Amino acid sequence: MSKQWCERCGKPIAENSEDGHTYCDHGCEAAQALEPPRYCRWCGRRMKVQVLPDDWRAHCVEHGSRKSVPSA
Amino acid sequence: MSQTIEHARRTVLEHGQSLPEADIVELLSIPDEQLPEALQLAHEVRMRWCGPDVEVEGIASIATGGCPEDCHFCSQSGLFSSPVRSVRLDIPTLVEAARQTAASGATEFCIVAALRGPDEKMMSQLRAGIAAIRAEVEINIAASLGILTPAQVDELIDMGVHRYNHNLETARSFFGNVVTTHTWEERWDTLSLVRASVMEVCCGGILGMGETIEQRAEFAVQLAELDPHEVPLNFLNPRPGTPLADQPPLSAADALRAIAAFRLAMPRTILRLAGGRELTLGDLGTRDGLLGGINAIIVGNYLTTLGRPAVTDIELLGELKMPIKALSATL
Repeated sequence: MSKQWCERCGKPIAENSEDGHTYCDHGCEAAQALEPPRYCRWCGRRMKVQVLPDDWRAHCVEHGSRKSVPSA
Repeated sequence: MSQTIEHARRTVLEHGQSLPEADIVELLSIPDEQLPEALQLAHEVRMRWCGPDVEVEGIASIATGGCPEDCHFCSQSGLFSSPVRSVRLDIPTLVEAARQTAASGATEFCIVAALRGPDEKMMSQLRAGIAAIRAEVEINIAASLGILTPAQVDELIDMGVHRYNHNLETARSFFGNVVTTHTWEERWDTLSLVRASVMEVCCGGILGMGETIEQRAEFAVQLAELDPHEVPLNFLNPRPGTPLADQPPLSAADALRAIAAFRLAMPRTILRLAGGRELTLGDLGTRDGLLGGINAIIVGNYLTTLGRPAVTDIELLGELKMPIKALSATL
């Protein structure tokens, strides 16, 4: 599995992580519930992020744009 | 009933007067077992002097990050190593943000920019953005753009902005610990310009930045002196990369004491629960706040962080039988 980066702090996530984590530790895991991603999980670059009342949009110059998943 | 709360009952509930500073200090220091009594009194004050309506607002940032100021709580300062990158909202996305806000049931939409004060380009973008919102969305529009000139106050009125937010953030005696690139007095000057206009004044701050209980009371009194239409109460959400990143969040009990105290300092104002409430108060705290003096909330996401879904707050208001303040009541 390729190397990944924590979406909150931009630090590398342990290699061979196969559980789909997008955070590096429990502090970042807990914080992610109330924060949009700030770093691209695939390259660790800081993203441009727009937060709207109902959603967020993030853009990585290398890996393109993402939007939040609508809440049920 | 405690002596402190009984005195507050006579002063504020019966006569509608602001609680004096020494009494606010006492209220901010009451033991936990007296907190329900203080919140009940603050709720009675709010119901008597403001009524049952709750003003619901959504916010969006038109200019995020890269700010030249050094507000120590803010992840949007360009002077700190924050993960927040500079980005601007285009007009269609700004209209979408207003539409999302209106769809939640909110009647107030505040457009915010992280900057010292708006330049001509920002004012031009704002004019176009507000015109686009007014053409497509029925909602009251407020703005928060930093320090203003008299001409800019007139321009905002001409655009249809009905309320202007400019937070004093904290007590005058503590401000220098939090901001060094401008002064508390500069903020007061902008507020005075807005106060002298037909726009409504929205001014609050952030609690839990290291201020003492006495400074928290000082801040409440300074806000009462300004007599704003609205006071947003934020609780510090320590942001990575900022000088306050390691400041421990306020406890829920201290936050609720502050809500009650600020209501008793300003019996007639719109007291809004704003950023940091999810971290400091949690779900139950929002209910306690609404039953403890709060009569306005920001719903949905904040400028750079996420809130709980707007529908959760709207359902809570229904459960508490608190009607959302109607659009027509503020136009």
